[in-house]
Amino acid sequence: MIESDAFVQALQDIGVDFFTGVPDSILGGIIAELMERRLYTPAVREDEAVAMAAGAYMAGKIPAVLMQNSGLGTSLNTLISLNYIYHQPCILIVSWRGHGGNDAPEHLVMGEVMPQFLDTMKIPHRTLTEKTAIDDLKWVAETFMKKRIPVALNITKGVVRGLHP
Amino acid sequence: MRPEEGTMQSRAMAMAALLELLTDQPVIICNGFPSREAQKIADRPTHFYMIGSMGSAAAIGLGVALSKPNKRVIVFDGDGNVLMGMGTLATVGALKPKNFIHVVFDNEVYGTTGNQPTISNVVPLEKVAKAAGYVHVERVREREDLVYEFKDMLSKDGPSMLLVKVNEMVEDAGRVILDPPDITKRFMQAIT
Repeated sequence: MIESDAFVQALQDIGVDFFTGVPDSILGGIIAELMERRLYTPAVREDEAVAMAAGAYMAGKIPAVLMQNSGLGTSLNTLISLNYIYHQPCILIVSWRGHGGNDAPEHLVMGEVMPQFLDTMKIPHRTLTEKTAIDDLKWVAETFMKKRIPVALNITKGVVRGLHP
Repeated sequence: MRPEEGTMQSRAMAMAALLELLTDQPVIICNGFPSREAQKIADRPTHFYMIGSMGSAAAIGLGVALSKPNKRVIVFDGDGNVLMGMGTLATVGALKPKNFIHVVFDNEVYGTTGNQPTISNVVPLEKVAKAAGYVHVERVREREDLVYEFKDMLSKDGPSMLLVKVNEMVEDAGRVILDPPDITKRFMQAIT
């Protein structure tokens, strides 16, 4: 399992310096670490978070937005009609609720269709694993720089340490 | 569903009066007619014309304001946009960026889509902002009050909201000419 402080440090090491989002339990450890480092700006909705990230990007920051995959649905229009068409990249750190069909009912549909959903939205994505973590983050940084659009790093349960074991 | 009694000023007139007071401050302008009118009145590289993502203008401005604390950031918003992204009033009120000025041109209609009524005739948006934690809020109708209050907000720590009651008149302005990626590039260079 990846420790949350190591994960946050790795994001800072690739240049991320603006963090916002809406919490999820899978992301709890990461957000706690970001708050400890006074790096986290909380948003009230995921579409607000991606719009804030767009503003921060234009003001010279490298932004990351943390969200549960349900938030992809909430942010769909903003991601497409703002970030995507204006070439305003951000790193989406998305918890993959409903992965493998084991979760509460409200997560199952999005959990099943999430990769196709991201493909349809033309958002490049990869799923983080402990083994490939260094490569995954390198790919995120490169895609961000090269494509200048939102890029998603999906996180399944138990890959990064959460608040509750 | 009519504009408040005595509202004579059009949004374009109000916007022109405010743009005269601005120089190189970043201005985020909401989608629909407001962006088109601003482009026609004074097209500046410091303008970010939002053409889609309705409801997001204040959040974009907030991202700029938090990242550039030494620049005063102005958002030109509409009542329909504010109602759609109302949560952002809470985020601004909680984070309290001192350099954030939120101007809301309130004509009580979705003007770009054919003047369907919003609900801002019964929901005073500046009071919502005040309750959410904005430091200064003002509601104005007349040009003199608009200019006076905006100058005052430019000289004070915010976040501030200036709600301007305007009529439904629309300036004859074409679509935003620049391509979205060029708007981003130009704005980024201008606010460095």
